[in-house]
Amino acid sequence: MIMDNLIALLVIIPLLAAPLCLLLPARWSWLLTTAVSWLVFGLTILMLYQVDSQGILSYHLGGWEPPWGIEYRVDALNALVALIVAGIGAVVIPYARLSVRAEVAADNSAGFYAAYLLALTGLLGITLTGDVFNLFVFLEISSLSSYILISQHRERRALVAAYQYLVMGTIGATFLLIGIGLLYGMTGTLNMADLAERLQEVEQTRTVYTGFAFIVVGASIKLALFPLHWWMPNAYTYAPSVVSAFLAATATKVAVYVLLRFLFTVFGVEFSFRSEFFQSALIFLSVAAVLVGSALAIVQINVKRLLAYSSVAQIGYMILGLALLNLLGLTAATLHLFNHALMKGALFLALGCIALRMGATEISQLRGMGKRMPITMAAFVIGGLSLIGVPGTAGFISKWYLALAAFERGWWPLILVIVVGSLLAVVYIWRVVEVAYFQESEDQSRCEAPLSMLIPTAVLALANIYFGLDTRLPLYLADSAAQLLLGSAP
Amino acid sequence: MTALAAMQLTLLVPLIGGLLIALCGRWPNLREAVTLVTAAVLFYLVIQVFTAVELGGSEAAALYVELLEILPGLTIALHSEPLSILFALVASGLWIVTSVYSIGYMRANREKRQTQFYVCFAVAIFGAMGVAFAANLLTLFLFYEVLTLSTYPLVAHKGDDKARAGARTYLGILLATSIGLFLPAMLWTYFVAGTLDFRVGGILEGKIGEVGATLLLLMFMFGVGKAAVMPIHRWLPAAMVAPTPVSALLHAVAVVKAGVFTIAKVVIYIFGTDFLLDVPHEVIAVYIAGFTIVAASILALRQTNIKRMLAYSTISQLSYIVLAVLVLTPLAGMGAIIHIVAHAVAKITLFFAAGAIYTASKKTEINQLDGIGFRMPVTMGAFAIAALSMIGVPPTGGFVSKWYMIAGAFQNNSYFVLAVLTLSTALNAAYFLPVIFRAYFRRESVAPPKPHGEAPAPMVAAICVTAALTLLVFFLNGPLVNFEQAVLGGP
Repeated sequence: MIMDNLIALLVIIPLLAAPLCLLLPARWSWLLTTAVSWLVFGLTILMLYQVDSQGILSYHLGGWEPPWGIEYRVDALNALVALIVAGIGAVVIPYARLSVRAEVAADNSAGFYAAYLLALTGLLGITLTGDVFNLFVFLEISSLSSYILISQHRERRALVAAYQYLVMGTIGATFLLIGIGLLYGMTGTLNMADLAERLQEVEQTRTVYTGFAFIVVGASIKLALFPLHWWMPNAYTYAPSVVSAFLAATATKVAVYVLLRFLFTVFGVEFSFRSEFFQSALIFLSVAAVLVGSALAIVQINVKRLLAYSSVAQIGYMILGLALLNLLGLTAATLHLFNHALMKGALFLALGCIALRMGATEISQLRGMGKRMPITMAAFVIGGLSLIGVPGTAGFISKWYLALAAFERGWWPLILVIVVGSLLAVVYIWRVVEVAYFQESEDQSRCEAPLSMLIPTAVLALANIYFGLDTRLPLYLADSAAQLLLGSAP
Repeated sequence: MTALAAMQLTLLVPLIGGLLIALCGRWPNLREAVTLVTAAVLFYLVIQVFTAVELGGSEAAALYVELLEILPGLTIALHSEPLSILFALVASGLWIVTSVYSIGYMRANREKRQTQFYVCFAVAIFGAMGVAFAANLLTLFLFYEVLTLSTYPLVAHKGDDKARAGARTYLGILLATSIGLFLPAMLWTYFVAGTLDFRVGGILEGKIGEVGATLLLLMFMFGVGKAAVMPIHRWLPAAMVAPTPVSALLHAVAVVKAGVFTIAKVVIYIFGTDFLLDVPHEVIAVYIAGFTIVAASILALRQTNIKRMLAYSTISQLSYIVLAVLVLTPLAGMGAIIHIVAHAVAKITLFFAAGAIYTASKKTEINQLDGIGFRMPVTMGAFAIAALSMIGVPPTGGFVSKWYMIAGAFQNNSYFVLAVLTLSTALNAAYFLPVIFRAYFRRESVAPPKPHGEAPAPMVAAICVTAALTLLVFFLNGPLVNFEQAVLGGP
C-alpha cells in the first residue's frame, strides 16, 4: 500500500501536515514538522531504490490514465532533485527550533512551520509531477509559502525583501503560465510526455516559439539566472537563517530542474537548441553570471549577501554545464545541483549559528570567530573550500566534470572562466577567513552554538567532504539523468 | 609485515599518534612518550619499505595501492620509488630527533598549548608521508594541502599580533598559489595526458607543444609555493614566527622539502627529463631558480635576526635543488637528490642551534652573539659544521651535493649554472662566516644578566645527532647514491 502510493504520499503528507501545524498547540508544531520531514526523507530514499530497480516510475493520481489525469513521473533526475529537497529539509529542521525561536516572533512560529511544510510540499510536487499545469500549481504553492517564510524575520527589512521576491516571483510564474497556456492551446494536452510527442507536429509555429520563450524566461527568473537575479540577494540576506539555508539549497535547484525538464524532455534538444543563438546566449549569460556574481560577492559586507551573489555565480556553472549540450556537461550540471545544495546548506547553517550568537551577519561581526566558535567556523571553511572547488570536497567533482565537458567541446576560454571563477571564490571566502581567524575581537570567550544547531551544520559540512571522496551515488544519478535527458531527443 | 602494509601504515601511524597525543594531553610525560614512540614506529615502517625497494624484485614492483577511486581515472593511490623513500626517510628520521629537541625546547621556554603543538606536528608528518608516497598528482595535491593547513596553527602558535600576521602571509601565499596555479596545472596535465600518474619517463611527451610545456612547467614551479622560488618566497621568512622546532623540522625539512620534492617528481615523472631536454624555453625556469639562489643569498646577508637569515638561506638552498633538477643531466639530478638530504640535516642543525641559543640566553639577533662560542661550545661547534655544509666545504654533506651539481652542469656546459653556484658559494661564506667569527673570536661586550651554559640536555643531544649526520653524508654517501641511481636511470 505504502509502496504503491509512495510518490503521492511524498506530496500529500507534508500538505496535510501543514494545516495540522496551525491546529495543534504551538509547541507541537516543531515536533510534527520534524517527524514529517524525516518521514518524507525516508520515503524519498525508498523511492530512490524503486527508481533504481524498476526504472522510470509512473503514478496516476486518482487512477486517471494519462494524458487525461495527472501523472507523477519519476526518473533519475527527479529522484536526485527530490533527494536534495527532502534531504536538506530533514537536516535543516532539527536546526530550526532554536534558530526560529531567536529570529521569528514567538506567536508566529506555528504559522512559520506550516509555511515551511507547504514550501516543502510545493518543491517536492514540482519535482515529481509529470504534468505541466500541476507543476505551475506547485510552483505557486512553493513560491507563496516562501514569500511568507522570508517575511517572518523579526527585522522589518525582511518584508521589503519578501515583497521584492513576490513581485519578481509572480512575474516569473506568470511567464511560465502564459507559456504553458500557449502550449496547451497548440496541443490540447498538459502531460509532459504527451506534450513532447504532440509538439513535434506543430513545432514550426510561432505560437510554440513564443511559448518556449515565455517558459525559458519564466524559469530563468525563478532560478535567478543573471541578469534576472536581483531579487535573490535581498531575499537570502533578510530571511531567517533557516529559510536562507533551505531556499538556497533547494528552491533554485528545483527551478533549474524545471528549466532542464522543459528544454530537454518537453521541447527536446533538437527543438530547444535548433538555433545556435540560444546556445550562445545561454553560454554568454552563464559566463557573465560566474564572473559578475563572483566579483559582486567580493565587495559585499554582509556574509549572507556575499553567499547570495556566490549563488548567482554557482547557478552560472549549472547553466553553463547545461548549455554545453554534451553528456559530461549535463552530468556536471546535475552533479552541481546536488553538490551546491550541500555547500550552500553548510555555509548558510554556519552563518545561522553566528547570527544566533552575534545577532548579525556583517563581516565585521565575525572578528575572532575562529577562536570563539571553532566548530562553526570550521564548517564554514569546509563549505568555502567546496565552493572554491578544492580537491577532496564535493565542489571539486562538479567543477572537474564541467571542465572536462568544456574540454571535450574544445572551448578553452570556458575552462579559463571556470578557473577565474574559482579564484574569485578564493578571494571572497578568504575575506571571511581573514576576519574570523586573523582579527581579534574584544570579547574572547567561547560562544559555540548549541548542539541542536551545530550537529546539522557539521553533518552538511562533512557531507561536502564525504561526497568529494565517495562520488558513487550522486555520480550514478547524475550520469543516468544526463543520459536520459540527451536520449530523450528524438 | 609486507612492505605494502608498511607503506599504508606510514599514513595511519602519525594519525593514530596524533589522536593519542590529544587524549594524553593531561599527562605531559605520557604525551611526550607517545610522540617518541610514534616517531620511532614510523621510522621503522619507512625502513621496512626502504629495504623492500632496495632488494628489488616482485615486492618492490608491487608497491602500489589504490585507496579510493574518486572518479574514473582520478584515484587516491600510493606507491614507493627511491625518491619517495628518500623523502620519507628524511622526514620521519628527523621527526625523532626533533621530538627529543622539542621536548626540551617547549618545556624550557614554558610554551602554551603544548598538546595542540604536538598534535599538529603529528598531522603535519601525516601530510608529509602522504606527499612522499603519493602515486599521482591528485593524491600529492591533497596531502600537500593537509601539510599547509596542519602547519598553520603551528606558525600562529604564539597567538600575538606578529604571529597572526606571519601566519596570514603563510597561509595566504601557500593556499593561493596551490589553488590558483598548481590545481589548474594539474587540470591541464590531465586534459592533455589523460592521467595524473607518476610514470618513469613522464606522461607528457608528444602530447603538448614547446610553449605549452614551458608554461606548464612555470605553473608548477610557482604553483608549488612550498619550493619558495622567487617571487613566491615571502611566506618562508613570515613562518619564522613559529617556535623553533617548527622552523627546524617543518620549514627546513618537511614543508619545504615537500615543495622541491614535488617539483622533482613533476620534472622526472610527469614531464620526463628526456622530453624537457627538447623544450628549448625550459631555460627560463633555470634562470628563475638561479636568480632566486643569488638574490636570496644577498637578502640573507642583510638580515640581523638569526632565524630570518636562516630562512633566506633556505630559500636560496631550495632553489639549488630546483636548479639542479632542471639542469636535466643525471649527475646534476643526483646532486639535487643528495642536496635534499644534505641541506635537511645541516639546516635542521642550524635551527636547532638558533633555538638552543634562544632557550639558554634569549638571544635572537646576530650582533648579540659575540663570544657565545665559549658559553655554548657544543651548540656553536655544531653550528659551524652545518654552516660549512651550507657553504659546501668538505668534510660535510653540502660538499658532496655541490660536487655533483657542478659535475652535472659541466655535462651540459651550462656556464650560467656554474656561475650561479660559484657566486652563491661566496655569498654563503659571506653571511655564515661572520657569525662563527663573532662566536669564537670576539669577547662578550656585556656579561649576560644571568650566566648560562648550554641549553637543556635533550636539545644538545639532538644538535649533536644532526651535526653528526651532516658529516655522515660526506663520509657515507655511497649507499645513498647507489640507491637513488634508479630514479635517474644512468650513471
